[in-house]
Amino acid sequence: MKPRVTIIDYGAGNLHSVTKAFAKLDADVELADTPERIDGARCLILPGVGAFGEGMEGLRKRNLVEPLRRYAASSRPLIGICLGAQLLMEESDEFGRHEGLGIVPGRVALLPHAGVKIPHVGWCRIYPASEQAWQGSLLEETPVQTWTYFVHSFQCVPSDPQYSCALANYGEHAITAAVRREAVIGLQFHPEKSGTSGLAMLRALLRSTSFS
Amino acid sequence: MPLRIIARLDIKAPNLVKGIRLEGLRVLGKPADFAERYFEQGVDELYYQDIVASLYERNSILDLVSAAADQIFVPLTVGGGVRTVDDIRMLLRAGADKVCINTAAIRRPELIGEAARIFGTQCVVVAVEAIRQPGGNWKAFTDNGREHTSLDACEWALRAVELGAGELLLTSVDREGTRKGFDLEFIAALAGKVGVPVVAHGGAGSVEDIIKVARLGVDGVALASMLHYGNATIPEIKQALAAAGIEVRV
Repeated sequence: MKPRVTIIDYGAGNLHSVTKAFAKLDADVELADTPERIDGARCLILPGVGAFGEGMEGLRKRNLVEPLRRYAASSRPLIGICLGAQLLMEESDEFGRHEGLGIVPGRVALLPHAGVKIPHVGWCRIYPASEQAWQGSLLEETPVQTWTYFVHSFQCVPSDPQYSCALANYGEHAITAAVRREAVIGLQFHPEKSGTSGLAMLRALLRSTSFS
Repeated sequence: MPLRIIARLDIKAPNLVKGIRLEGLRVLGKPADFAERYFEQGVDELYYQDIVASLYERNSILDLVSAAADQIFVPLTVGGGVRTVDDIRMLLRAGADKVCINTAAIRRPELIGEAARIFGTQCVVVAVEAIRQPGGNWKAFTDNGREHTSLDACEWALRAVELGAGELLLTSVDREGTRKGFDLEFIAALAGKVGVPVVAHGGAGSVEDIIKVARLGVDGVALASMLHYGNATIPEIKQALAAAGIEVRV
């Protein structure tokens, strides 16, 4: 049986690439914009580009906030990508203060900007935030220092190092590449734009869900 | 940041074509065959240029972009015939990550700022098509290097950045397709002097050409003939660049 992936469609940007990447990997892709679909998901993807406040508003309007929190508490895999990763946090100060999903403790803040360009657009190498940080995650088989593609101005700042999963060096700054709490992972980079190594991460995710 | 190796595909729908100095086009085959091969070889980005870009042809390029985005999982930039904010929106919806503007931006420079405000500066690439003049400067051209303007190419490039361009694609029209090397003086006049990434295009014939232009501080190189005619594969190019001490994504 094909692994099934549910992608949340909440009006925040282009789902094209994420959908096509999973289709290329021969997954059964379903788009979800209702609480029922989230409740019934086995592997959930929260993509998104754009501003934090509008992203949360998109989830709220569709009554998806509580279902997402409920889903995350159930130990099923949830992957946030880019804005989707940031929405997992408790709050953001992008254009005013906004409450997030609060699934991963911590906040979202502007990237450090000394000596670097904002937005950060381009390829950057990722590495584990601590020795065990990738164990049991979808990055487990990813070689350390794999190149991934970033487009962002803000980053996740976990409140405790245990939630920090991957880092990347941007100029002199170590920035957050991934946050993690149990089966929930938030990727700041775009695996669906990160070439064959990005596809390999998504393939690892599909493998883990088809065994569960 | 690593030097981006960008494969440039000039499209005359439904074919991949290649010319010399953007003229004398030769049909090379189906764009998807080339694009997929470059993706598998580890290209860092694909650039599709619709060189006909008439209103009549519009849907063909959208279909080609959308088909590419189904198979190619690296950033995709599309240029040619982009006249309005709606054109940009359609290309982004079809799966493009960035959109490249030249002619329309010269005719109406405000388009750059409008696009940057709506879609973000990271989406907006301005192409500067330059031809070296007898006086040692460069003039900006439009319509795929066919129509001249009174603009100094370097001054125009600086102004485009001020207006909100998130990246510059510098094309030396008089080198394009010749494989005689980049116009290093033109690229040097802008690389490292603007606060946005600069991509060099036009004239790459060998890895040595790429090394020379990389040392000027460009962020990316757009390659066409060199790749399409099989002079070198992307892994070969990247290995040679790495051996020369230039950081690349492998």
